[in-house]
Amino acid sequence: MLFGIEWDTSGPLVFAISILPILLLGMWVTIQATVLGFAVALVLGLIWAILKGAPSRLISWPAMLFTEFLRDTPLIVQLFFLYYVLPEFGIILPAFLTGALALGLQYSAYTSEVYRAGLEAISREQREAARALNLTTIRTFTHVIIPQAVPRIVPAMGNYLVSIMKDVPVLSVVTVLEMLNVGRIIGDRTFNYLIPLSMVGGLYLIMTLVASAGLRLLDNWLPKQGIPLK
Amino acid sequence: MHWTDYLPALLEGAWVTVQLTVYSTILGSILAFVAGIGKLSPNSLLRGIAVVYIEVFRGTSLLVQLFWLYFALPIVGQVLGIDLRIPPVVAGVLALGLNIGAYGAEIVRGAIQSVHHDQHEAARALNFTPRQTLLNVTIPQAVPEMMPSFGNLAVQNLKDTALVSLISLGDMTFRAEQLRNFTQDSTTIYSMLLLMYFGMALVLTAMMRGLEHRVGRWRRAGV
Repeated sequence: MLFGIEWDTSGPLVFAISILPILLLGMWVTIQATVLGFAVALVLGLIWAILKGAPSRLISWPAMLFTEFLRDTPLIVQLFFLYYVLPEFGIILPAFLTGALALGLQYSAYTSEVYRAGLEAISREQREAARALNLTTIRTFTHVIIPQAVPRIVPAMGNYLVSIMKDVPVLSVVTVLEMLNVGRIIGDRTFNYLIPLSMVGGLYLIMTLVASAGLRLLDNWLPKQGIPLK
Repeated sequence: MHWTDYLPALLEGAWVTVQLTVYSTILGSILAFVAGIGKLSPNSLLRGIAVVYIEVFRGTSLLVQLFWLYFALPIVGQVLGIDLRIPPVVAGVLALGLNIGAYGAEIVRGAIQSVHHDQHEAARALNFTPRQTLLNVTIPQAVPEMMPSFGNLAVQNLKDTALVSLISLGDMTFRAEQLRNFTQDSTTIYSMLLLMYFGMALVLTAMMRGLEHRVGRWRRAGV
């Protein structure tokens, strides 16, 4: 029994059907962790991108070193670090939030590069033209750069969303009950790993295929020449 | 305890991490070439196998694959009446290699397709067999294209080896966990662990750059 749902081990098919709702509850946790982790990655990545592009090397170099460090160390170790070290400094977060934070932190290193590439792709002439037209910095950003950068950024960000989804099972090491952890617990208690773990694999395949299809639709829908302005 | 007291255990784990990275990178590279070329094969059966392999291993989580190989595969063996219980180290190398191989296959495919069409026509005009064209014309030109992405994959693979600690393989992360359980000195141990992975990744990146330089030499010779 898990989440108050009983399973039936009388036959393979009955067993598979009886554990499906339990796995789906685990999947819901996986989706929540993915969305929260992605949101953290989007925000932190933008901050790193701005710091890395800072005119002063005193700011940009440490930012580059830090993001390189985030990118080159394993998620699971970063997660352990946050989970065991933060409490020593008096910051006690629930396992789920620590996990989402670790996911976001790791992927912020990747998203910061996407922001940078997206912003750099808008040519210098456009900024100069905006300046010649007497647009303020803020208006240049909101009306010239962002509308053109977004369609370039979205597809790459989408790929990282799918990657985050596939990294959520790592959160099981700090007791988060995401889908793989649920499948494994069912296996531990019924001595049958084959059915739950194969189902987790199948459900993952469905999730990533659906997410990829959704992203392709979004990518096709976005105007390639920038978001039209009124 | 002083931080240097943790070093012997961590270095012992580091050696396991290095071995795992090397073996799974070799396995992954072989699979990447086989599946990447297979996906471009005119034979629809080969193409189908390659596509299924790539989609399954790219579409599911590495940890799911690792647990499946370690926990579920022995049960498949039981059903079939053969012994499929594999030691953790084999499960680790297999899962890492299969996973990285699927990502690598897409890189190989992309690089092969990026070789200009004229080259194929020229090879055909010179009466090369398809096999000769692939081995002597296409692949030598495709390999330098793949190298930057392969470098990223190798670092990804190094990071992924940390997951094998979850099937009780004594890699660097596993040793750190043992030390933490024993001493409760999380801050020092995990800081050291992070820095050691960072150092290993920097060395690996430098090695891959060197390799990239080597395989790309002929291009700069002036064609």
